[in-house]
Order: sequence, then C-alpha cells, then structure tokens
Amino acid sequence: MSHKSPAELRSEAQAALAEFRGLEKIRARDRLALPQQEMPAQDPIVRAGNMHEVTHGYFEEQARVEAERCLQCKNAPCVEGCPVRIDIPRFIGHIAEGDYAASLSVIREASLLPSICGRVCPQENQCQEYCTVGKSLKDIFKSVSIGRLERFAADRGAAIDASGATPLKGSVSRTVPEVKPATGKKVAVVGSGPAGITVAADVRREGHEVTIFEAFHKPGGVMVYGIPEFRLPKKIVEDELHTLEEMGVEIHTNFLVGRTRKLKDLIEKDGYDAVFIGTGAGLPRFMHIDGENFVGVFSANEFLTRSNLMKAYDRDRSDTPMPIPERVAVFGGGNVAMDAARTAIRIGSKKVSIIYRRSRVEMPARAEEVGHAEEEGVEFLLLKSPTRILGDENQTVIGIEVLDYELGEPDDSGRRRPVPIPGSESVIDLDTVIVAIGNDSNPLITRTTPELKANKWGNILTDEFGKTSMDKVYAGGDIVLGAATVILAMGEGRKAAASINRMLRGEADPVTEA
Amino acid sequence: MHMIIEKKQLSEQVYMMRVTAPLIAEARSPGQFIILQVDTDYGERIPLTISDANAEEGWIRIIFQTVGKTTIKLAELEEGEEIAAVLGPLGHPTHIENFGHAVCVGGGIGVAPMYPIAKALKEAGNKLTVIIGARSRDLVILEDDMRAIADQLIIVTDDGSYGRKALVTEPLKELCESDDKPDIAVAIGPPIMMKFAAETTRPYGVHTVVSLNTIMVDGTGMCGGCRVTVAGETKFVCVDGPEFDGHQVDFDNMMRRLQSYKPQEDKARHLCKLDAEADRLADKLPEKEQA
Repeated sequence: MSHKSPAELRSEAQAALAEFRGLEKIRARDRLALPQQEMPAQDPIVRAGNMHEVTHGYFEEQARVEAERCLQCKNAPCVEGCPVRIDIPRFIGHIAEGDYAASLSVIREASLLPSICGRVCPQENQCQEYCTVGKSLKDIFKSVSIGRLERFAADRGAAIDASGATPLKGSVSRTVPEVKPATGKKVAVVGSGPAGITVAADVRREGHEVTIFEAFHKPGGVMVYGIPEFRLPKKIVEDELHTLEEMGVEIHTNFLVGRTRKLKDLIEKDGYDAVFIGTGAGLPRFMHIDGENFVGVFSANEFLTRSNLMKAYDRDRSDTPMPIPERVAVFGGGNVAMDAARTAIRIGSKKVSIIYRRSRVEMPARAEEVGHAEEEGVEFLLLKSPTRILGDENQTVIGIEVLDYELGEPDDSGRRRPVPIPGSESVIDLDTVIVAIGNDSNPLITRTTPELKANKWGNILTDEFGKTSMDKVYAGGDIVLGAATVILAMGEGRKAAASINRMLRGEADPVTEA
Repeated sequence: MHMIIEKKQLSEQVYMMRVTAPLIAEARSPGQFIILQVDTDYGERIPLTISDANAEEGWIRIIFQTVGKTTIKLAELEEGEEIAAVLGPLGHPTHIENFGHAVCVGGGIGVAPMYPIAKALKEAGNKLTVIIGARSRDLVILEDDMRAIADQLIIVTDDGSYGRKALVTEPLKELCESDDKPDIAVAIGPPIMMKFAAETTRPYGVHTVVSLNTIMVDGTGMCGGCRVTVAGETKFVCVDGPEFDGHQVDFDNMMRRLQSYKPQEDKARHLCKLDAEADRLADKLPEKEQA
C-alpha cells in the first residue's frame, strides 16, 4: 500500500470536487466515478515511532467529495447494517451541503459517541457492507466511507455547533445535553466503558441522579485501558466523560462493585432505585498450551493496560514496567491483536509477527487496522497456530512451535475451517508472546451476586430490554454479549436506559412479538 | 479519601500505616488485599494485604517493606497525607472454621497478613500456634499482637539474634511429628519459605494454605499478570486466590514470574533512592547554611 501525503490527498480532493461541481447534470454514474477518499495518516515510518493518532481525519474537501459519492438511496440499506440505526443518508447529505452541525445532530439522534464510533466501529461489517456504491463497484471496500464521514462530522460539526465559528480541525466541543428537573430517583451504573457511559447519559437526561462506579483509577473502560492512544486519543474519551460530569453524573473510581460493596447493598442499603451492570468482558483467554506461564508470555490485556492505562510506553515517567521485547509473536487476528502488535512496534520491538490460524480475509480485525499494521512493518504469519511455547532453564520464553493449517469446508460461522497439516511443525525463535485470542466475561460480579443468572460462559442473562433476573438490575455490553464492539455496547446501553427510565416512571416495557 | 492516620516505622525497611477506608474496613474479611497507588498519573498499582481493620472507626492497617519504587514513595508519606488510590477488598476471604489445632507460619513481612487470619482462626475456636520467622531480631514484627492471641508463640531467627536460631520449617516439622499434630497450617511469607513450609507438611498430610503475592496490574481478573500454576491448571491470584493449597502450587514457576521485571525494578529503585538521597541532602543544606 503506497502512502500518500495529506497534502497530496487534499489537492486531489480539491480537483475532484471542482470537476464534479462543474458538471451540468449530476447522475448516479458521476457519483460512482468520484474517487473514494483515502484517510490522511501519519507516515508509516514516522508513526511507528510515536503514540500519536495514526489518522488525521478527512480534510473538508475530502469529506465533501466522499459525501457526494453517496447515492442517497431511498431504501437506505446502510441503516440496516448500523447497530444503532443512524440515519446515514441524511447525515451524509448535510455534509455534502456543508452543514456539519446539522449532520452531527442527525448522528446524535441515534448515537452518543460519534467521535469514538467513527474511529473504532468495524464499518466494513456493518453499514458499509450494505452500501449500494460498494455493491455497484463490486467491492465493499469501495463503499462510501461512512465511518470516516461520521468522524468528520463529530470532530468538525461539534466544534462549529458550540462556537459558531470554524474551529481548528479535529477539535471536539462538549455541548452539554439538557437535563430534566430532578426526580429524586437514583441509578447506579457499574463500569464506565461505552455501555455505562451511554446509560449514564440517557438516564441522567431524564432527571435521575446517576453514579458511575469504576474499579480502575481512571474511567473509560476498554476505551482507556485497551484501545491505544494511536487509534483513539484519550482526550476524546476524557471529553465524553467530562460532558457526563457537567450533566451532573458522579463518577466514583477505585470502587469495585461486588467487593467494595455488594450489588445488593447498593439497592437495599444505599437506596439506588436501579442498577446497570456494564462491566465488560475482562477475563483474558489463554490457549492452554505448554509454556503459557513462562516469563515473557502476556495476555494482550496486560500488555495493553501496562502501555495505555499505566502509560508504561512513557518509560521516563511511568513507574509501571513494560517488557522490552526484541522479537514478538501476537496470537490472534482481531483488533486487540493488531493493537498489541502495533504497540510492540512503537515501544521498539525489532520484529513483530501476528500468528493467525485462518487466512487474512477471515481476520476479525477492522481492515483499516490490518492495513495500518502491515504498513508499520508487522509481519503476518497466517494459517499457523502455536502448539507450545518454548522456554530456557529459567522458564523464560525462547521461541514457539507452530503448526501449519490449510482452509477446509466452511464452519458454523460461515468462515472456512482451518485444518491442521500433520507433521508441519516448525519453530520460531522469539522472546515475547502476547496472547490476544479474546476475553471471557469477568466473573467477579456474578460470583459475588448469586441472584444474577448467567449462562455457562458467565454472560449475564437479560431480556430484550436488558433486564436481568434480579429486580431493578439491568445489564448490557460485553458482560451480556461476550466480547463485541463499542457500538453494540452502546446500542445495548440505550435499550437498557430506556427500560430503566420507563421503570422509574412506573411504566411497563412495551410488549413485542417474541 | 484515604488519609494516613498513623504511621510507624517497625524496622529499617518495614512500615505500618493505618489508613482511613471506611467501605473497605466494613467489607473486608481476613485474607483479602487491596491495590494501591501513590500517584494516579504515572504510579504503578501494587497489591498489599490488609493486616487489620476496624469497621466502626473506618480504617485499615497495612504493613509493607520498602522493596520497590512505589513502597519507597509510600513510606515517604506522612500522617495526615492521602494515598491517591486504594481499591479493595480484593480476593477471596480465608476459609475460617474450627479445624482443631491451627498453626500459622509467618515469615518476615508475611506476619502482617497472617495476623487477621490467625485472629479469626482463634476466634473460631482453634487452638492456635504461631511461628514467626525473621532474618534477625529487628525484623520481627507484630510479636505483641500475636502473643495476645496465640496459645503458643514460637519465634525463630536466621541468625539466632532472637528466639531459636532456626528456619520456620524446623518447629513446623516438630509440630507435625508431635502428639499435637496440626489440623491445618497457614503459611505466608517469601515464596521460598512458603514452598518449604508446604514441603515440610506434605509428608504428614497437613492441609497447608498459602497466600500468594504475585505481580498484578488491575487486581480484578482483567490482566492475567498474576497467573500461577496450581495442580497443573492456570489460576489468577487476584480472583481465584490469593490463597491456594500449598501442596499444589508450582512455586518455581511463580518465583520465576515474580522476577520478570527485576532489571527494570532494580533500576527504578536505584534511581528512586538517589532521588531520596538528593532530597535529603537538599533538606539539610539550609540547616548547614544557618549553622
């Protein structure tokens, strides 16, 4: 992938826009002929040595060109692909007109965290998968870049919305949503990730008192400990949390519900009228292969938490030590695996390899992250799976043994099943292994709250409105879904918040067809 | 939020602090621990076991040794100052019941977390024998507290400067061989001590509980940095422990993992000590000028 400089991308967009505006009559095929706008990004060689955000966001001219690519389909198939059903054609239409504030308010009708979702949603598996432009061009990667436009509207529109003037690109304002008069009702939100933030905002708006309880010393959940700065700047998450505080939401950090206080006590002793559990999927999975507890083997959670939350990448200032890997293998093919591999590159690892047992197309990571990882020099060892971790006499990692796979028939997930090739074992010398094969539900809250029903994987069972088996207790996000995405957690949170608000008004949930 | 209400230096490197923490004091049980930070911007999170608590007065007691950068910084805090972050209580409480004869083996700083467990075992009706082991006399802590609750208190030091000149395993073995064989042993101390305490009781079939203090980041099951091998399976000390069957723990692997960051820790401690020394000299300078 060749890297174009931001200046080149901008002048190309200017030219394309001028030509497009010169057309007498605009037909669908003229829109299809517009060049898809590439995301301006830091030079790969430069960014591999820093923690700053990789992508800059669209220039205004680029956003206008990309917005003109949208065919404004009446049936809007893209909306079907959006977990929170943002009115995509309408927000894009406003960008095409240059009315970014209007665009943002359309997004905000459905989504609370557009500057975050615009950056981290797997759009190619959601809205962009259904885009007519992508279908017409026979390549979903040529769909309208809905996510990039969402980010543009969020970064740009919000700032205009607040100040009335065109501000610096990338700045995000914090318009504080209106809060209804106090109702005297209290709601506890457990966990301050995307689900918790969403519930806190939606419930607070109705005038209820809201307290968020967070176990870490900093709120934000996976957006702070997991997703690295170079993909989601912490300032954006801090701004969202600051908005909540300005709305009057209280955030208690260093408070572990289940241990510091039992969930039941929040209701019975502390007088909360409802509790929402959004504690996420924080229990790292391991492969259960030999050598997994050797020195030099980390869960991606540990590696990323050390770097992100504890700021261990800042070696001169952080007290939390970070491994200093030379040669790293990351097991897994999801976003977390990409984040870990790219973090390893940034802290100075000489060689970093992703080891994944299927092929590249089956990788669950966002295509953009895979592309970025590759540009930054991450090696992809595909159709391979580790069979054991090798250590020296001090139980320190010296290598891994991997087995080659080939793709067989499609499995339940529709992806072709990887089949091992007997006798194909080989050894890779390395000093650090990062296991990024997913997370199970954190068992802390279910273990300390026997009244809560969970399935065999520890996911809390809820009805369609997020109601759990315990009176006044709701749950949503990864603790219910298993490890998923920011947008799904947000969608779940909105449903649960609506149900909490109905309960606090004394209304029942609507009856729906089963 | 978490003010230091009492601070006492127990030996050259060992400090005791009583810290206000009303919710933790109310919720905690013997065997549980906290994670603390002295600086929430760049400070690390370290686990420390609660060595006593008072729910009515709303405080917990911690006893720690200045072994790394964070504990050195913690020891620099004075009464009236606040600890930036305290999370807890974490981990499963100790299983307490009347076993009959309970022997509690505490090595060095491990005597601190042992105290609430020993007290609870005594209150549950056990005959309580406490063995305190230390390198030398000035490193023996909580002797009076333990004497007040134990039916029998045995003190051993490596150099013989106090009590018997022996390792904790010697009186432990004698007890196992005596007519008054313990029904349960609890051993808390350096990993090597716990390993050998478990080896000592193994032939006699005395169930031996150990409390592990591994490297942790979050303390809630999220990072897995604390994982240990117990009976061939991976366990997380923070959510599955901190107590395990000492006869099943792979201590050698645990000790290796504890050393993961040794070079970096040594460097941080060295720099931290240099800083402290520089501060001390800087503090002294004006006095000299005045004199």
